[in-house]
Amino acid sequence: MDTSENILHQASSGLARGSDTARAKAARLSPSFISWLQAGPMMLVFLAFFLIPLVFVVIVSFWDYNEYQLLPAFSGRGYTDTFEGCIAQIPDLCTIGKTYLKTLKLCFMVWAITLFIGFWVAYFLAFHVKSKTWQMGLSLLCTIPFWTSNVIRMIAWIPLLGRNGLVNSGLVKSGLVNQPVEWLLFSEFSVVLALVHLFTFFMVVPIFNSMVRIDKSLIEAAYDAGATGFQTLVNVVIPLAKPGIVIGSIFVITIVMGDFITIGVMGGQQIAAAGKIIETRLNALQFPAAAANAVILLAITFLIITMMSRIVDIRKEL
Amino acid sequence: MTEGRPRSFYVLAIFFAAYVLFLYGPMIAIYILSFQGPQGGLTFPMNGVSTYWLAKLFQGTGIVDLGAAFRRSLLLGLVVMAVTVVLSVAAGMAFRRKFRAQSILFYSAIASLIVPSIITSLGISLEFRIIDDLIKAHWNENFETSMGLLTSGLGAHLTWTLPFGLLIMFAIFNRFDPRLEEAARDLGATPWQTFRHVVLPIILPSVIGIGLFGFTLSWDELARSSQAIGPVNTLPLDLQGLTTTVTKPDIYALGTVISAVSFAVISLALGTIHMLNKRQAAKGSDAGKGLV
Repeated sequence: MDTSENILHQASSGLARGSDTARAKAARLSPSFISWLQAGPMMLVFLAFFLIPLVFVVIVSFWDYNEYQLLPAFSGRGYTDTFEGCIAQIPDLCTIGKTYLKTLKLCFMVWAITLFIGFWVAYFLAFHVKSKTWQMGLSLLCTIPFWTSNVIRMIAWIPLLGRNGLVNSGLVKSGLVNQPVEWLLFSEFSVVLALVHLFTFFMVVPIFNSMVRIDKSLIEAAYDAGATGFQTLVNVVIPLAKPGIVIGSIFVITIVMGDFITIGVMGGQQIAAAGKIIETRLNALQFPAAAANAVILLAITFLIITMMSRIVDIRKEL
Repeated sequence: MTEGRPRSFYVLAIFFAAYVLFLYGPMIAIYILSFQGPQGGLTFPMNGVSTYWLAKLFQGTGIVDLGAAFRRSLLLGLVVMAVTVVLSVAAGMAFRRKFRAQSILFYSAIASLIVPSIITSLGISLEFRIIDDLIKAHWNENFETSMGLLTSGLGAHLTWTLPFGLLIMFAIFNRFDPRLEEAARDLGATPWQTFRHVVLPIILPSVIGIGLFGFTLSWDELARSSQAIGPVNTLPLDLQGLTTTVTKPDIYALGTVISAVSFAVISLALGTIHMLNKRQAAKGSDAGKGLV
């Protein structure tokens, strides 16, 4: 993909020429008015279903609540309930602290694994698959699962990892273990496995996107100048693929930070995580507490993205 | 390419093949297992082969009305698809020249994509609750809720599908040759004729791609629906509910049926895209047709 600025320049110069011919209808509607008509509907959807809802999350996080309902009066209870005992328990971590630490740990593991797999899958597609048709076909092969249901892709692990699943029966038959291994399913292991399974796609696409734009002659030049394969990788390919790596990382990290479904289903509803806290509060109809947790999660996610986008200008890469 | 490949090619080819196996293996396992015999359980080996569990699903003996959920999900998916296509193409056209609020729209779309789904879902649910309270307080005491499949549910799904649609439009217009439009204009086409007979035929394959994203992402959507769908459930929500209670291959059968719809839509879309591309290649560009 090219920089959008280029396109904008081309488009606007084209437009200027078009208006020279002064066709009656086009002249009546000013270009900026047409832009508003075209972009307005999408803007309205984001306004009504994304931006205003976010404002409500922040407002309601400062409301009071009882067992039955929301009380629209200012209160910090959503937050104080969330951080209950945090100061008293110092130096030990309170529940929320432990939960966030756990979520960050999951996040880091999933990030590292998806980055490794995503990088090499993208590398293979971008540099080793030479024919465009094959490149398309194999990329499509990686994309199709993304168009199918996440829940199905989670439960698909049950026949493989369950107590009587394929992996366990294989292990028992081969004599490696005496009795089925329990930690394969409904554990942290299965959560990480499923998250990697579901979301490596978000790493592959942006990295591939950066890599196909690398001028192949740069790599030849590196080889000609005597660089080894490893040196070329570290000094040429990785720096040029960095924008894709950062964008992919932002996707994976934000998805895992907010996840509650994969962690719920694959963790047997036993593993606490940042997203799960919000869900639990919602199930208890404690909306302000849920909203307070959402604000905290949003702040932490935003912090991570800001740190990462220091490394790369996202806008320029799309 | 016959000159021999480096060893790294073979290592990475095996790595890639393993990744593809990792992607598809488990899914294929449950498709097979949904054809278990009546005595079959949740794991291999197969206990006979039958369509017992699939048939049971269609008889609707389960606790939840899956047929109704199926129809709701289908309806919502189709509406989301249509709205995503129209709004994305329109906004994509707008982004080809500068306009005020351009970066606001761009960053809203990116933010909508990466803000955790549960937060968006919670926000929409709070918004509609507050609207409900206002209606009850000022207009109609017996009002139940404004939340529903095609209000809050539709909105929640659009916050997920529209960013993809917009990004695909960016990709399309980055490759688009604006001289084709200039040529149309020089021949006297109105802006609408230029769009209808020049731009649209060229971008149509990618527009179908947007539709594919719109439908499939909605069809399987879960996290954003969870709080915002209102009093009724969609199919994925029912499926998720079943994961904690069901211990029979019903759930695999349901998974297989849901996937069958996904695969049918994917094949239809990819087939159409392929056909359009072939036609464009064979007949040259459609650009200008109907204008001459």
